[in-house]
Amino acid sequence: MTEKTEFEQLRLDGVGRRFGGQDALQDLDLTIRAGEFIALLGPSGCGKSTALNCLAGLLPLTAGSIWQDSKRIDTLPPERRGFGMVFQNYALFPHMTVRSNIAFGLQMRRLPKADVTRRTEEAIRLVQLEEHAGKLPGQLSGGQQQRVAIARAVVLEPSLVLMDEPLSNLDAKLRLEMRTEIRRLHQSLGLTTVYVTHDQEEALSMADRLVVLRKGRVQQIGTPEELHTKPTNWHVADFMGFRNLLTVKVQEAGGRQVVVEGPGIRLAATAMAQVSSGERVVAGVRPEDLVVQPAAAANGGGNVIRAMVEVVEYQGRELAVEARTPEGHRLHLRTPERVTAGEAISVSVAPERLLVFPLGDEAPPAGVPVLGDGASSSVGAPVLSRAGGEAP
Amino acid sequence: MSTEAATQHPGLSVRHRLAERGVDSQLLLLLPAVVFVIGLFVYPFLYGLGLSFQPAKGGGAFADYQRFFSDSFQRDTIWKTLRLSVPAALFNVLASVPIAYRMRGKFRGKRLITTLLVIPITLGTVLTAEGLLNFLGPAGWFNRTLMSIGLVDHPVRLINNYWGVFFSLVITGFPFAFLLILSYISGIDPSLERAAATLGADWRARFQRITLPLLAPGLATTFCLTFVLAFSVFPSAILVGDPTGATRVISIAAYQAAYEQYDYPFASAIAMVMGAVELLVIAVVLLWRSRFYVGSTGGKG
Ligand SMILES: Nc1ncnc2c1ncn2[C@@H]1O[C@H](COP(=O)(O)OP(=O)(O)OP(=O)(O)O)[C@@H](O)[C@H]1O
Ligand SMILES: [Mg+2]
Repeated sequence: MTEKTEFEQLRLDGVGRRFGGQDALQDLDLTIRAGEFIALLGPSGCGKSTALNCLAGLLPLTAGSIWQDSKRIDTLPPERRGFGMVFQNYALFPHMTVRSNIAFGLQMRRLPKADVTRRTEEAIRLVQLEEHAGKLPGQLSGGQQQRVAIARAVVLEPSLVLMDEPLSNLDAKLRLEMRTEIRRLHQSLGLTTVYVTHDQEEALSMADRLVVLRKGRVQQIGTPEELHTKPTNWHVADFMGFRNLLTVKVQEAGGRQVVVEGPGIRLAATAMAQVSSGERVVAGVRPEDLVVQPAAAANGGGNVIRAMVEVVEYQGRELAVEARTPEGHRLHLRTPERVTAGEAISVSVAPERLLVFPLGDEAPPAGVPVLGDGASSSVGAPVLSRAGGEAP
Repeated sequence: MSTEAATQHPGLSVRHRLAERGVDSQLLLLLPAVVFVIGLFVYPFLYGLGLSFQPAKGGGAFADYQRFFSDSFQRDTIWKTLRLSVPAALFNVLASVPIAYRMRGKFRGKRLITTLLVIPITLGTVLTAEGLLNFLGPAGWFNRTLMSIGLVDHPVRLINNYWGVFFSLVITGFPFAFLLILSYISGIDPSLERAAATLGADWRARFQRITLPLLAPGLATTFCLTFVLAFSVFPSAILVGDPTGATRVISIAAYQAAYEQYDYPFASAIAMVMGAVELLVIAVVLLWRSRFYVGSTGGKG
């Protein structure tokens, strides 16, 4: 058992894990540099926990290898890897006080008693649990338990800290607080961290780099900004807050600038990959990039969609609006304009904010309207040019 | 804390306070159990207790107890029974722990192994005793094998003595202990051990520091149950034991008093002593248990 095994980089090489003939994780290639904060992001069941458990040594790999600098570690048992882990359900030892929970790892390293006590008390102070140090985990609130779990993992100053959705059991306010707390700990201790979450906002705000997983496969690896502005496919876009995803046809393909078309709609857009004329594609735009035009300018511009406001949610400075096109397709948008339900509006979108992705092999999931059969499907096709405001 | 409230809304708060202590209409669900316990346990017990203070041969309320404790032939049955039941119960519990620990997860064939381990529970004492006689007797397979490979010259005596009864207690008590402990172990959240592993604990430390302390209350309960079963050993003490010597257990003494001498008061007194000894052992075990954490172990069990 080594004290603080520092590394320059940790390399996952084609890591995969099968469960009885089903791949839970496939071909994960990732290099983690010391000090980095990496978020594993993806919908439920995409293999995030599997990836984390493989890293921790709690699940044997069925493919690939893990390298710590030049040392292969995927064959080591968890207790010999020296990684700290914060479990989704905290997994605090119920029969030990907060203090003994935190001291446990130090005792396992056979440190001198004085060191154990000193470092335990330091960790307790770090997570501000001085008053609760003598309590059993069952006597703590969720947020306090969570801090114990973090303190227990970081007190060893592990070379890598793994966190599995540590905030998922907390209420919204505490989540925000703990988010900052974890980020602060990361910075003050310089801990290399791999953080699992299904909350894109959490991932974007905390991580240096994000790994987006879907069905066990990596979709994209990049900085928050890269993922935010340049998602590589519409699945990532969907996950990154592109709530409006429309299936359309490419009308004019010419490098990055393309024109896409649906029944009665024609919009200039930006292609994120090579697309050709006539191809069916998915066009995506975020709610905040749809701009409600003043009534006077209604017929003024190119990239305009007309719709009828259906639901308005007050969200402080802005309104979250759900509108429906005459074809019956829903649009989500955010606007500072005081629109009201039943009002007819025109919405414009800048071509560089409307991103076009190839459809890929898979059928678009629910929520992405299928071109052409808009009227029959529950979420109709986008579009229009027909004037008209009859409510659906 | 509720005295203030009680003066303000007397009617309401009495109901509330009772409910807080678990007194509500659901208590009626316990009625059948209460009737059962009173009819089949409390009444016979009190009857026997009363009887034990009315010695058939006169001489004061405690005469039969005095008789029991002053006669070493009778008194020694306590020691003889304890000497059988405590080691047998301990063995059953301690042997179950590693097997249950190994079998705590899910794996192929678990059900088969569990079934095999549990089958003896269905055999009954008499069948077990017969099997033991055949297997461990002087001309049984066990001794024949030992002699044929030249390990011993004369058959080893394993029945009609202490060991015969001990084996019988293990065979009937082990499945019981094993099943109980397996369910206790399965009730411990497996992520606790995984957490301990990521904190650098090898399997030995994980077992000692996490599993064992969380299991201790279950071990105590299991020990008490198997001990009580073993303490009232009767058929096997006669069939595979030495009922006039080393395995003249306390239930034999009570049986002889009741059905050979027809001295029911004396038999009742012996039964009372038997109960007192059991209670004493259980009290000691529960005292030991109270030193451990007894809350949730986080699992689904
Ligand atoms: N022990 C197991 N046996 C069989 N299949 C499993 C096992 N563990 C996970 N899986 C499967 O592997 C896939 C990935 O599971 P994983 O737990 O990694 O998902 P996740 O991304 O952590 O999801 P969540 O956000 O819901 O926690 C799932 O389809 C799951 O059904
Ligand atoms: Mg998970």
